[in-house]
Amino acid sequence: MTMIRVENLKKSFGKLEVLKDISTVIEEKEVVCVIGPSGSGKSTFLRCLNRLEDITGGHVYIEGVDITEPKNDINKIRQDVGMVFQQFNLFPHKSVLENVTLAPMKLKKNDKKAITEKAYELLDKVGLREKANVYPGQLSGGQKQRVAIARALAMDPKIMLFDEPTSALDPEMVGDVLDVMKQLALEGMTMVVVTHEMGFAREVGDRVMFIDGGYIVEENVPDELFGNPQHERTKSFLSKVL
Amino acid sequence: MDTIRNAFPYLMEGLQVTLYIFVIAIILGFLIGLVVALLRLAPIKILNWIAKIFVDAIRGTPFIVQLFFIYFGLNSLGFFSLDNTTAGIVTVAINAGAYFSEIIRAGIQSIDKGQTEAARSLGLNATQNMRFIILPQAFRRMLPTITNQAIISLKDTSLLSVIGIADLTQEGRIQASATFDAFNVYLIVGIIYFVVIYLLSMLASFVERKFVLR
Repeated sequence: MTMIRVENLKKSFGKLEVLKDISTVIEEKEVVCVIGPSGSGKSTFLRCLNRLEDITGGHVYIEGVDITEPKNDINKIRQDVGMVFQQFNLFPHKSVLENVTLAPMKLKKNDKKAITEKAYELLDKVGLREKANVYPGQLSGGQKQRVAIARALAMDPKIMLFDEPTSALDPEMVGDVLDVMKQLALEGMTMVVVTHEMGFAREVGDRVMFIDGGYIVEENVPDELFGNPQHERTKSFLSKVL
Repeated sequence: MDTIRNAFPYLMEGLQVTLYIFVIAIILGFLIGLVVALLRLAPIKILNWIAKIFVDAIRGTPFIVQLFFIYFGLNSLGFFSLDNTTAGIVTVAINAGAYFSEIIRAGIQSIDKGQTEAARSLGLNATQNMRFIILPQAFRRMLPTITNQAIISLKDTSLLSVIGIADLTQEGRIQASATFDAFNVYLIVGIIYFVVIYLLSMLASFVERKFVLR
């Protein structure tokens, strides 16, 4: 089943054209890693998938629903699309548990007890149950990012978007976060991951997408893309990062 | 000492009027400020302009002129008649509201954009984001400036004596001429204002500590 369909997506910031023409299809349970040089538009691409950026042209369909169509309720669609940010963006005035329960409490019909139980399960899953009543300010970067993942999962999303989730972390924290993401991929979550972690892309990705200059230059299964890149630009990028 | 003993009950009555006006006006003013700030930040140009004109008009004119305009000016049109207490409350509320709106706007804008992005990505709509994520954080940051403005507004209420409201300042004036002891009466009036404002700032820093310790 197709989860995300992108057709001729364009995005400009004023005169600057960041995404020129992007089309791709992402299937259910697929893990797509998006790589590319900084400024290539890969984060912008990801942010168009839940319309955090206003889309300049083209169409993005989430489970068949066109999110560029204003009459479709974007808030409803976003409930199915979790997002994890480079800077975590936890709510500092809420405890860890409240960070996880806030959105479901406001948006889901489930009773409060069930939501809280689910939140504890998710905190267990990311290994932070004992931090439930702590405030984000007291957590390390890696812990914050794992709470952010739990927070996104609390809405039971069908798709998870990751925007450079480990780029702001100290090196020794990266592994914990990647482990949680790996687990999620194994459980069959549909994931789009913008990342600089080539090891992760190779190990966990079903497909790697190389974006440069506002286009998808090349996409392929990881072994092929890393082992046998077809385009000059892909080769030169990989030679710098591998 | 006799002067003080005789004048004191009257000054306390005046203080009651001052506090009554202050409390109502500051609550109204805060609500006005919140609404104006949200208009100012709304994604609709015409609303931004209305809010900006309101704030500029209040900031660019003296309090006493605003008071005269509302009490004498509006009443002279003959559509309605505001009594002096109502006119006083309305003036202080509108005046404080304009300043509050700028404080609130700055507070909202000081919250990192990532907060809104996280909230919206979870499916919260713009109103829920404002209510549950942005405003609670912004208010914490604004508290010291809000206290400051509240203190200024409290002191502004003393100007209401010129339209005959029997507030603390007005009672002081009456007592000063009744007792022929202006020095001691105004000294006491000053001390009363000082104590009230001191208590107000103590309350504010108590609330601040309670909120910020996290």
